[in-house]
Amino acid sequence: MNTATFSFATIAPAIPEVVFSALLFTLLIVDVMLAEKDRHITYWLSIATLLGTAVLCAVSLGQPAAVTFQGLFVADALSQVLKIVTLLTVAASLMVSRTYLAARGLLTGEFMSLTLFGTLGMMVMISAHHFLTLYLGLELMALSQYSMVALQRDSVRATEAGMKYFVLGALSSGLLLYGLSMVYGATGSLELTRVAFAIEQGQALDLLATFGLVFVVAGIGFKLGAAPFHMWIPDVYHGAATPATLLVGAAPKIAAFAFVMRLLGTGLQGLSGDWQQMLAILAVASLAVGNIVAIAQSNLKRMLAYSTISHMGFVIVGILAGTDNGYSSAMFYTITYAIMTVASFGMILLLSRAGFEAENLDDFRGLNQKSKWYAFVMLVTMFSLTGLPPTVGFFAKLFVLQAALEVGYTWLVVYAVIMSVIGAFYYLRIVKIMYMDAPSGEMTLEPRADARMVLSAMGAVTLLLGIVPAPLMELCVRAVAASM
Amino acid sequence: MILSLTIWIPIAFGVAVLAIGKDGNPLPARWLALAGSVLGFLVCLPLWFGFQATADMQFTEMHPWISRFNVNYHLGVDGISMPLILLNSLMTVLVVVAHWEVVTDKVSQYLAAFLLMSGFINGTFAALDAIVFYFFFEAMLIPMFLIIGVWGGPNRVYAAVKFFLYTLLGSLLMLAAFIYLYNQTNGSFEILDYHRLPLPLAAQVLVFIAFFMSFAVKVPMWPVHTWLPDAHVEAPTGGSVILAAITLKIGGYGFLRFNLPITPDASHELAGFMITLSLIAVVYIGLVALVQADMKKLIAYSSISHMGFVTLGLFIFNADGMLGGIIQMISHGFVSAALFLCVGVLYDRVHSRQIADYGGVANTMPVFAAFFVLFAMANSGLPGTSGFVGEFLVVLGTLKVSFWQAFLAATTLIFGAAYTLWMIKRVVYGAVANDHVAALQDVGRRELAFLVLLAVAVLWMGIYPKAFSNVINPTVIELLRHVSQSKV
Repeated sequence: MNTATFSFATIAPAIPEVVFSALLFTLLIVDVMLAEKDRHITYWLSIATLLGTAVLCAVSLGQPAAVTFQGLFVADALSQVLKIVTLLTVAASLMVSRTYLAARGLLTGEFMSLTLFGTLGMMVMISAHHFLTLYLGLELMALSQYSMVALQRDSVRATEAGMKYFVLGALSSGLLLYGLSMVYGATGSLELTRVAFAIEQGQALDLLATFGLVFVVAGIGFKLGAAPFHMWIPDVYHGAATPATLLVGAAPKIAAFAFVMRLLGTGLQGLSGDWQQMLAILAVASLAVGNIVAIAQSNLKRMLAYSTISHMGFVIVGILAGTDNGYSSAMFYTITYAIMTVASFGMILLLSRAGFEAENLDDFRGLNQKSKWYAFVMLVTMFSLTGLPPTVGFFAKLFVLQAALEVGYTWLVVYAVIMSVIGAFYYLRIVKIMYMDAPSGEMTLEPRADARMVLSAMGAVTLLLGIVPAPLMELCVRAVAASM
Repeated sequence: MILSLTIWIPIAFGVAVLAIGKDGNPLPARWLALAGSVLGFLVCLPLWFGFQATADMQFTEMHPWISRFNVNYHLGVDGISMPLILLNSLMTVLVVVAHWEVVTDKVSQYLAAFLLMSGFINGTFAALDAIVFYFFFEAMLIPMFLIIGVWGGPNRVYAAVKFFLYTLLGSLLMLAAFIYLYNQTNGSFEILDYHRLPLPLAAQVLVFIAFFMSFAVKVPMWPVHTWLPDAHVEAPTGGSVILAAITLKIGGYGFLRFNLPITPDASHELAGFMITLSLIAVVYIGLVALVQADMKKLIAYSSISHMGFVTLGLFIFNADGMLGGIIQMISHGFVSAALFLCVGVLYDRVHSRQIADYGGVANTMPVFAAFFVLFAMANSGLPGTSGFVGEFLVVLGTLKVSFWQAFLAATTLIFGAAYTLWMIKRVVYGAVANDHVAALQDVGRRELAFLVLLAVAVLWMGIYPKAFSNVINPTVIELLRHVSQSKV
């Protein structure tokens, strides 16, 4: 592993990233040469890049796990599955955003390339096998997102959001690095499996490692958006242009899951007794803040921001079980959550038009009279976020709660259950507004077929996975088992 | 296969109705919904005629669903669930017939909601796997929420949200109990495995409470009954019918399927508590019903009082009580549905539910008045009607346990008669009270159809209850035998 020979075999596991980067740079060059009216070519090239790379990942799905670049990079079933989902989520996010972006002059090469650079960062994070790669991927993703949020430079809200995101993000990265340096000091290695080995063998300095762990968990809490590190979420979600919110809110959660999985599940599994307790605190706080504060929101984007916090609480409940079962249930939860996020923000985009942001709850009034089908899609999404069958949200919650109960967190499960009843109220309110209120003012729907198709597909998938969840669950279980 | 059909035919037709529904022309949706509900009822008939009078699960089906968690699509019915499936499918037909000229707004969505609801309810009764049960049990909330909230009365949104949140809290705790039992049985979601699972008393009590929270809200038992008057009053007629006739029964069914057999020791331990709550419901809610000015609210409170009888019968642990409780559930399904439909008939004409707005209806609607009086008699437990059988058996069973409990339970015969007949007196009899009543038209053929159907059911059950008790009794005997054995 330490021989620094360079051959095709050493880069083979990273082929998706290599191809993705190559396409990305091609896109950068092509975009410079395009006239303003041909900007949609950049858009289609981006979609093609994302989908093409997803196909590449799918092709390499069956291959055995491979660690390369001197232990910096791993390609296993977990990383391939998560990459496919990430790429598809980003593609879907872009597709539902197109009209909105075009209407606001944001359908530019900058936006597309930032999106793709961010995606590349996520892919690196997902495949990281080393603290350095993990951090590199994280920063590549985060920096792209900071700029994406602030891209509307005339908007006070967007620049403020970008600033907040950047300052808090930099702070959390600092915390994370500090924590990682402690772990390095305690174990003598930056590579995940060696760190794990050192802890397992009792060669690590326990106190130092635990001390570092506190900072690592704080960094994780920030990246996931778990309370009490959630301050940036509502402002960023609210301030950013809705497509940027979607790109920050959906796919990065999958990368963040991979990040937690690699750090805690692979690297620091030996300290699980410690981080379980810390995560329990994060979960309790997130479930409370997310569900209770969301009730008071009248802005849909802010409400969904708090909803994110509570859902990350659920993901953490799955992770803190610390078992294969827990990780796979958290993975299932994250993937389905990304689907629901695309659907819910996609609905906001669907109802927005030039000069009008459909981001207040009241903008959804009487949607059922305007369009039965999209009201239904939103209904399914909301009930899925609530966790009601026959939608996938139910199984996501069921699997997570089962994993937590299996290792004896009965109190946490009962608590989570009670909190999700509180959460049900605000999702229910959206259904109420769509179905039981009379429409106010005019309402126009996004005309493009591709956006409509993606949105309908998300609704259908939410329902379909709610009836046959087994295949996706099986995929998650196998991916997690292969990576452990 | 039959059970799957009873679940999926209504659901498939519901989706189809939703798909073909157009706002301009509701007729295709109406006929399709009628076809779906009738077909749904017809496929239930083999359950009744092919049923063996034993305590075994019959018509079972088993397919793996989520093999990782050992969740199976496992269906089957016994003497308790089979009549309830039939009752539900019949009620769906009635609801579709009853809506015909009445509902004109978003007709296809209205009908689709009821058809989906019907399928989900059948699934709840037929499920032998805890996750399948929970899946249908919760899915039911969505159409009901919309039915109350979209087609209901002036205060419909409040009622819908209250109904939803009350029910959700209870059912999520039940989910936690299921997961606990799953871990205790080393990975089984089979309800019948839970029946055999030994549990220490402390665990039993907790599991009992989790199930209790869920089913007590559904029944509803005092003091978690407050959602029901709101929901009933605000729901459209069809919604009230399904709520009263079917969804309340899911609470009673839940006690029979989960609380009693899974936690028998806790059930014995907490029987005094359950009996007390039941008696409070019977007596106190009966008195509350007496002072209602709104007909729907009166019937709603009467439902709570009657359901108190059901839970009383279940928790006195003898064959008379339990059989009486189950018969009371079915009978109450017919009677309350009939009463809500009768109020619906009046409401469609006068657009008021207030008792004070009526008087002397018998003069202008003699045929309707006859049926209304018959159902009122059944509601107050007149011998010869279905209401009598269940109440009599429960009182008889209670008498074997305690005189005073039986005494309190028997007061319902007085209160029930008092509030029902007093309402009848004020609405149906006397001189014609106002112009609205004077202008009333008697029931048409469509309305007559469902009134006759329900009257036949009420009288059949009252005169020949053996048809039902033959089916139910073996299951009751087996259940009592099971409950009498300690699981500690």
